[in-house]
Amino acid sequence: MSDKMADAMADPLLATRSLRKSFGGIVATDDLSLEVAAGEIHAVIGPNGAGKTTLVNLLSGLIKGDGGDIVFDGRAVSRLRPAARAHRGLARSFQITSIFADFSVLENVALAVQARSGHSFRFWRPTGDDQRLRGPAREVLARVGLADRAEILAGNLAHGEQRQLEIAMALATEPKMLLLDEPMAGMGIEESQRMIALLDELKADYTMLLIEHDMDAVFALADRITVLVYGRSIATGTPADIRANADVRDAYLGTSETG
Amino acid sequence: MDLTFFAEQLLNGVQLGILLFLLAAGLTLVFGIMDLVNLAHGSIYMVGAFIAATLTLWTDSFIIGLLLALPLTLAFGMVLEIVALRTLYARGHMDQVLATFGLILFLNELVRVIWGPAGLAIPLPAFLDGSISLPLGIVYPTYRMFIILIGIAVAVGLYWLVAKTRLGMLIRAGASNRTMVGALGVNVRLLFTAVFGLGAMLAGLGGMLIAPINQAQIGMGEDILILAFVVIVIGGIGSIRGAFIAALLAGVIDTMGRAFLDVALLTFLQANAAETAGPALSSMLIYILMAAILFFRPQGLFPPRGG
Repeated sequence: MSDKMADAMADPLLATRSLRKSFGGIVATDDLSLEVAAGEIHAVIGPNGAGKTTLVNLLSGLIKGDGGDIVFDGRAVSRLRPAARAHRGLARSFQITSIFADFSVLENVALAVQARSGHSFRFWRPTGDDQRLRGPAREVLARVGLADRAEILAGNLAHGEQRQLEIAMALATEPKMLLLDEPMAGMGIEESQRMIALLDELKADYTMLLIEHDMDAVFALADRITVLVYGRSIATGTPADIRANADVRDAYLGTSETG
Repeated sequence: MDLTFFAEQLLNGVQLGILLFLLAAGLTLVFGIMDLVNLAHGSIYMVGAFIAATLTLWTDSFIIGLLLALPLTLAFGMVLEIVALRTLYARGHMDQVLATFGLILFLNELVRVIWGPAGLAIPLPAFLDGSISLPLGIVYPTYRMFIILIGIAVAVGLYWLVAKTRLGMLIRAGASNRTMVGALGVNVRLLFTAVFGLGAMLAGLGGMLIAPINQAQIGMGEDILILAFVVIVIGGIGSIRGAFIAALLAGVIDTMGRAFLDVALLTFLQANAAETAGPALSSMLIYILMAAILFFRPQGLFPPRGG
């Protein structure tokens, strides 16, 4: 085990302990204990129905677990609502593109900036020329490469750009960690390459939990990978470990590569 | 046809439209953003009227009574949302209809217990009690003109709030994707309570404004609530602009129909047939309008985009 990973185990930014969630008779998350170290990209892979999106929903607070704990940045967040978790620095993206299509690109990000600055009661403040919102929003757009698209209606962006915008909105909440639910879903090769480059660039500043089906992206980006099958973690390790793991091959990679 | 009478009826139609708008604005926001069918919205209109009536009698001033009743109705709406309606968001529309119908009965009874079964009249101050002369020799009651002007001011203010402010940005965003708004860190519960309170205050204002004409009465909200639902369906659920235009349309068509339809029918029907068909048909006009609009534009005139 490398020094970096030893540190990670000592003081993870995000940890789940014995997390459980069932929907009716179906166990979506089964006694899951997972640790994400500060600064790493931790990918979670697994076949369809493995409970990957359920995990993101549990972590972000969209659904409540049946048992177990979630600790983020040293504090238990299991009982907090999504908005409160966002304020603690846990931002997420959605598997289905979630932008406000009838807002301009800049307004989308300004909304996220406003959400962060939250507790202001000066809600009647006009937004039109509010540099407190627009300044930070422009900076974030520049960071994801959408600076020249700021005034376009978000609904008119290309699919890949919309997903970049979602990343921008997540960044605008000034998170410590990003939960990314299939950021490359529905993308062409070129768009995926751009997203991989963007996430790789963001890695210096943000810890990420990455759910992704695109194995090229996962193996290019991840420091560590956890493999979920039927809600249960069957392996966690470096990309090299995971590639070499026989259980993973049987359960997942083998079928994925041949099928 | 007498031009003065026509103009007077037109203004009456606009005034009814303004009243409908005050109800429909809150209804359409609550339905559009929280996906809540609130039948008790008309009861808030009633409660607003009673609060304003009592305060007017206490303070001896309709204007002061109105200004004090507005924040009280806002608070009433927010408490109602927190205590009773918040738990209904996750339920289906049928449950919401049943529960808010129960609220109508409860609030009617509550008003009966507090204020008694009789209506409460509000005396108008002298400066609102007379008539004013408009161009073309039209003489129109000052108070009805006052209602129209207040309604237009509210519409402009609401447009500004929704289109230009931070709260408005959250309201529009919440209407299209509330999960996402919550994920960004906005306290959606607080937002819903605020929006509900705002809608309640506007409905209450409607009740307060009509009380000097019709008295504050138990059950006053039920008839107009049906019309308000017609308005939000015509205007497009969730759209303030749609609610405004549809409310004016419904108010004018309803009033003009009642005033002139029997005369119009005389041109091709016999007198007694026209007199029977006129009132029957005129009370159906706005429902016919709704049916026609639903046929050609199922989303209403101004469906909110992206929702």
